Amino acid sequence: MAPEPLLRVRELSIGLRRPGSDPVVLVEHANFEIAPGERFGIVGESGSGKSMTLRAVAGLLPKGVTVLSGTVEYAGRDLLTMPASKRRALMGPDIAMIFQEPMTALDPVMRVGEQIAEGPRRHLGLSRADAHALAIDMMRRTGIPDAERRARAFPHELSGGLRQRVMIAMALSCSPKVILADEPTTALDVTVQHQVLKLLERLCDELDAALVFVTHDLAVVNQTCRDLAVMYAGKIVERGPVKEVFAAPRHPYTKGLLDSAPDFDRPKRQLIPIPGFPPNLAAREPGCPFRPRCPFATPHCAAVEPPLEPVAPGRRSACFEIDRLIAEEVA
Amino acid sequence: MTTPTAALVAFKQRRAKTRSIKAWYRNGTLMSGIAIVGALVLIAVFAPVIAPYDPIEQHLSDALQPPNWQHLLGTDKFGRDVLSRLIWGARVDLRIGFLAVLIPFVFGSILGGIAGYFGGWLDTVIMRIVDIFFAFPFYVIVIALVFVLGSGEASIYLAIAAVSWVSYARIVRGEVLVAKQQDYVAAARLGGFSNARILVRHIGPNVLSQAIIYGMSDIVMDIMAIVTLGYLGLGIEPPTAEWGGMIADGQEFITTLWQQATIPGLAVVVTSLGLSLLGDGISDLISPERRK
Amino acid sequence: MTHRLRFVPFRLLQAIPVVFGVTFIVFFMAHLLPGNPALALLGNQATPAKVAALTTSMGLDKPLWLQYLLFLGNLLRGNLGDSLSYQEPVLGLVLNALPVTLLLVCYALVLSLVISIPLAALAAARPGRMPDHSVRTFTLLGQGMPQFWLGIMLILLLAVNIKIFPVGGYGDTALDHLYYLFLPALTMGIAMSPTVIRSLRSSMISVLESEYIGTARSKGAAGAELFRVHVLRNAAIPTVSIVGVNLGYLVGGSLIIEHVFAIPGLGSLMVNSIFARDFPMIQGVALFVALFVVIVGILTDIVYTLLDPRVDLSTKAAA
Repeated sequence: MAPEPLLRVRELSIGLRRPGSDPVVLVEHANFEIAPGERFGIVGESGSGKSMTLRAVAGLLPKGVTVLSGTVEYAGRDLLTMPASKRRALMGPDIAMIFQEPMTALDPVMRVGEQIAEGPRRHLGLSRADAHALAIDMMRRTGIPDAERRARAFPHELSGGLRQRVMIAMALSCSPKVILADEPTTALDVTVQHQVLKLLERLCDELDAALVFVTHDLAVVNQTCRDLAVMYAGKIVERGPVKEVFAAPRHPYTKGLLDSAPDFDRPKRQLIPIPGFPPNLAAREPGCPFRPRCPFATPHCAAVEPPLEPVAPGRRSACFEIDRLIAEEVA
Repeated sequence: MTTPTAALVAFKQRRAKTRSIKAWYRNGTLMSGIAIVGALVLIAVFAPVIAPYDPIEQHLSDALQPPNWQHLLGTDKFGRDVLSRLIWGARVDLRIGFLAVLIPFVFGSILGGIAGYFGGWLDTVIMRIVDIFFAFPFYVIVIALVFVLGSGEASIYLAIAAVSWVSYARIVRGEVLVAKQQDYVAAARLGGFSNARILVRHIGPNVLSQAIIYGMSDIVMDIMAIVTLGYLGLGIEPPTAEWGGMIADGQEFITTLWQQATIPGLAVVVTSLGLSLLGDGISDLISPERRK
Repeated sequence: MTHRLRFVPFRLLQAIPVVFGVTFIVFFMAHLLPGNPALALLGNQATPAKVAALTTSMGLDKPLWLQYLLFLGNLLRGNLGDSLSYQEPVLGLVLNALPVTLLLVCYALVLSLVISIPLAALAAARPGRMPDHSVRTFTLLGQGMPQFWLGIMLILLLAVNIKIFPVGGYGDTALDHLYYLFLPALTMGIAMSPTVIRSLRSSMISVLESEYIGTARSKGAAGAELFRVHVLRNAAIPTVSIVGVNLGYLVGGSLIIEHVFAIPGLGSLMVNSIFARDFPMIQGVALFVALFVVIVGILTDIVYTLLDPRVDLSTKAAA
């Protein structure tokens, strides 16, 4: 790995506190690194812990949820042990976040221009007029027509697609180095999704910013990201370059996801859903969390939890039965 | 809503209810409320036994004594024992406060229920009347009415009833409007039940819980009103012992005998505190999810 | 943006039937008792001759509907009759007292906000912890205090024992007014704060749990700045409605406070005229107070519209 990683998450565990008993573990021993300018996707079902991981990096965990162990290093400094004021100073110029539902994520009583200008005013020390001009410029760059007039609008006066562009403009206003995107296109119409994705990619290129993209949509990850991590029940079960993982998955869950997702290139392919339900995180069983639903499970899988290990150059997987998986694929 | 989902929701609600009723004696708020109000009611009921002196009898030679061993709170300008008057005053204020909510509660709830359920011009007319009454500050009308109707308990009941029914009407109407949309009402209608029956048997119990909770805070407001009227010399007239009147009496001598104006007010504060706690506790019991 | 305020004329029109209703009630206050109102008015000074004279002079021998129309006609011409105790036109006396009460009420509102906003913020920032419990205790106690008693206690503490403020009165200059009105306004402000604190605290907690606060934090906002820029304005919206509803109550309370502190406003006028059985004055004051409350209602709607850009009352049907 030639460049020094910009963001390094090490052994990160996140839990939900319960009075009188151990916390419910929502994310366990997450490990990944982001290089500058990289596009990294985190894929998983609802409840897989992908959003929580992102929020832990941003320092926006909900009430009652805390980091149990691990470190989140940005440019070599651990965000989790940093004084709060220093961490807040990073939020905007270094790390920015885009949220899923732009209607609720924007302040309903503030004009969008002001909201975009808020970061630059605070972090870059711009005057009101300068920040406003910057905001309008950002809005133009995100493709919002008639930006000057629209800057005076309130969130409820804009369509979903425009609101998400506003969110993007807001996140990028201080030219951050890392953008954390939590399912930014999920709440949008399909036609708008594509436009917003393209916009996000272009701006990340222009700003040379790294993008951490959390989603459950495999097609989006395929298009936008170069590397990805697949999460299940709070654990990363596979990691590697997107194209390689999708072409030849090295974990039964990843394979199950791909088999159950529609593929435009093969419209007649039968979709095979993964049987069963995700596990109850409050009552974890020993062994691999995917075992109850896995076609390759063995008694060993129920006893010992598979560690995330390299299975090929640049690829890691947490499974004992990979060989059988590969064998079946070839067949 | 599909039937299995509705059944599941109903089951969960019932389970939550039994859980909350089972824990009522654990609810600190409710228990403190019961304790305070209970103590006050006991004091009021046993006033003839507890009070050391007759509250009305005058002993002018003993007037204006500071607190001493014969008169723990001193005597007022007519030589009456302040402590005894305080105890007997509890009778008056508590009794009238509790009774005064009844008529507005019944009258307001019925009108509000009709307005909400039938809607249309009936709703508009009733709500306009409600608006008009809301335009008058509570105290202005109550004072004016009591003045016009003359002193005495009956005028207090009438005056308060005339003004405070509107709050119940608004609350019940709002609740009925919400309840009307619910599925169980549609089911009852389809079952062919008459409007009256639907109102009473089905919507009633759900809706009245909010009115009851409001009623608890209304008792506090009514006691305030009675005490205020007493302070102004309206409503309960001298020589009957009443907390508001006692405060007025005490105000004259505030520089020397400050207890006589202060203590009756504290009595009102404690009474309101107990009633508020009781109301909050009951509110927790009846609709825990609504309280913030 | 001002097109959202176009509901104001409609609201004023809607207020007219309410105002008529008010005049109706005010008019009929005299006729509540069976028998001749003039008799009730004269009380124990009544002699048959006096009653007859008053009856004719007040027009009580005419049919009721005609009396009401005459009453309305007089009203519209600004004639509220003459005060029986002051022997002067009611309208003039009321208009003199009105600014005093207005100042008192506004002063009380400001003091109430000064007390309530920090306390609500303190409670909302850490719900369920010590500051929250203390604030809740304060509101419980505050709601249980008779306003006039609180006024007396404040006089006892700050005007009798420690002589910082005057015991009563109004003063002469504008600065004097503010000095003399401080204790009464403080009394009313404290009396109003439980309601405001409860509502603000509740809406602040809601706001703090919103998504957009997360967004603001992701931009690095925190603490007092977060409250000022994002929380306060959003939390104020539902509170404005509740405060508006309660302002009528506040005005009612001011009546008695003015009596306690000897302030020459509408309240004192009302209380004195009640004791003096000065019926035209009672009617006049009651009418103005009711009108004041109606106007406050409309003002509340205006403030609400200005605060919340999503609201458009002009498209709503009559509420």
